[in-house]
Amino acid sequence: MSYLTYVGKRLLQMLPVLFGISIAVFAIVHLIPGDPADVLLGQNATDARVKILNKKLGIDRPLLVQYFAFVWDLLHGSLGTSFYNRESVSSLILGRLPETGMLLFGGVILSILIALPLSILAASKRGAFRDQLVRAIPIVGLGMPQVWVGVMLILLLGLRFPLFPVSGFGETFPERIHSIFLPSLTIAILLSPILIRSLRASMLEILDSDYVLTARAKGISTARITRVHVLRNAIIASVTVLGINIAYLVGSMVVVERVFAISGTGSLMIDSISRRDYPIVQGVTLYFAFIVVLVSLITDLIHAALDPRVVVK
Amino acid sequence: MKFSKTLYVGVGLLGALVLAAIFAPLITSFDPNEPDYANTLLGPTAQHWLGTDPLGRDVFTRLIYGARIDLAIGLLAVVLPFIIGVSLGLLTGWRGGKTDSIIMRLVDTFIAFPFYVLAIALVFIFGPGIKSIIIAITLVGWVAYCRIVRANVLVAKEQDYIHAARLTGLPSSRILRRHMLPNVISQSIVFAMSDIVLSILAIVSLGYLGLGVPVPTAEWGSMIQEGQGYISQQWWLATLPGLMVVYVGFSLSLIGDGLVARLER
Repeated sequence: MSYLTYVGKRLLQMLPVLFGISIAVFAIVHLIPGDPADVLLGQNATDARVKILNKKLGIDRPLLVQYFAFVWDLLHGSLGTSFYNRESVSSLILGRLPETGMLLFGGVILSILIALPLSILAASKRGAFRDQLVRAIPIVGLGMPQVWVGVMLILLLGLRFPLFPVSGFGETFPERIHSIFLPSLTIAILLSPILIRSLRASMLEILDSDYVLTARAKGISTARITRVHVLRNAIIASVTVLGINIAYLVGSMVVVERVFAISGTGSLMIDSISRRDYPIVQGVTLYFAFIVVLVSLITDLIHAALDPRVVVK
Repeated sequence: MKFSKTLYVGVGLLGALVLAAIFAPLITSFDPNEPDYANTLLGPTAQHWLGTDPLGRDVFTRLIYGARIDLAIGLLAVVLPFIIGVSLGLLTGWRGGKTDSIIMRLVDTFIAFPFYVLAIALVFIFGPGIKSIIIAITLVGWVAYCRIVRANVLVAKEQDYIHAARLTGLPSSRILRRHMLPNVISQSIVFAMSDIVLSILAIVSLGYLGLGVPVPTAEWGSMIQEGQGYISQQWWLATLPGLMVVYVGFSLSLIGDGLVARLER
């Protein structure tokens, strides 16, 4: 199979998934008990007004027709308008993108900075004390609640040693980097145990491989082997692991935003729940699912481009 | 079978907490949810070992009673995903073909939803509470078991004992139940240990967001949220409930590792 065939096949595979996602998100809104009219007009609205509104919102049509209308709007980039303030859902989501994007990016960078050196340290001397120590990290780390890690960082690095702001999102770019640090670190602490687990394993595999043995036989120094052969492959491996865990990453982000009172996309969703603003809940759910599908596609394509074995399989 | 130290330590640690949760009324005489406005935000005293919260409730009592909620729902929430995932995994791996491609596309779809996003959307539909949490965890959780079992079935299918069972003309249902299941289930059981931790983490996060078990019921997530407001004076209010979760996570991961060591023998 050539790379292009692989790309085509992978894209085709996406179609049923996108279809499934659209059905699921559509179902979420239609499973909600009660009419949207109850929310918009209040409990005491007359039947006549409810009927008029339902006609206006198009929910008096058959489900199938509504589903196609929903998909049609989606294909035109429209996610509907908020019940609460009549703004377009897609522009509301895009407006929150800087916060969410920086948090995601910061979390990924910091987690690689934490996990990569630790995994190299552990794998370089299998079974030694330092390896045991690094292997213990996931045992404790995977049991830490996201919100608690955030609160503990606030306590330590925000209050005891007031190095970083504990909430909000600054105005200027340096301010933003400063205020996004603790939330990003929270995400990094949650992701690192997962990364360490897979990175240590792939690192050991690399160190046992023939090309490293060849390099050693040629008398190349350990430092150079680590830098040239091991590190490069390890970074590819981390990208793949991150790609696989993107859903977990995005999900944690929603929760972490809340701890640090950052008004990103996750906060938008949670705020909309108390207002029963379902176009937004629907829009954000769809948006996150779409990000996950897209990121796993990109990861797979990069992985396949870098490692020809994937395409052959 | 060799004595597995990890397994026993894990079971011991978890067992101690389970016992404490069950016999909570014998360990502490306070009510976990009844406010006592005369004694709010006390530090540790002889009477209140870990002090009291902003509503004057005994923190130690709430931690122990919180275990009832978090452990019970955490355990309960993985039962359905386990059963559904293992059954579908058996089916899809065994039948292959069309069944397999339909179920696997379904798996891909559910994987695309970040768990917390789906859970929050479901809480929106069904309202906050235990029911929504269990539905959300079930909807997302079965996928992992399905994939694990499917992978194991694909391997086992080609092995001699299954070929032999087929040649004797046994019906598929019997082969799956009596020959396949016992051989492919162990990895799922090990995974279930970490899955319990994941579902407790979900309950805690939803509780923190105010979308979980409704207040005033003692629950670790809402305790962290309540404690965050008092973090500069009474740091332990938010810290201790989190440590309880870490304790549970630690003991379950020891149990998981112990099981792996046992099964590999």
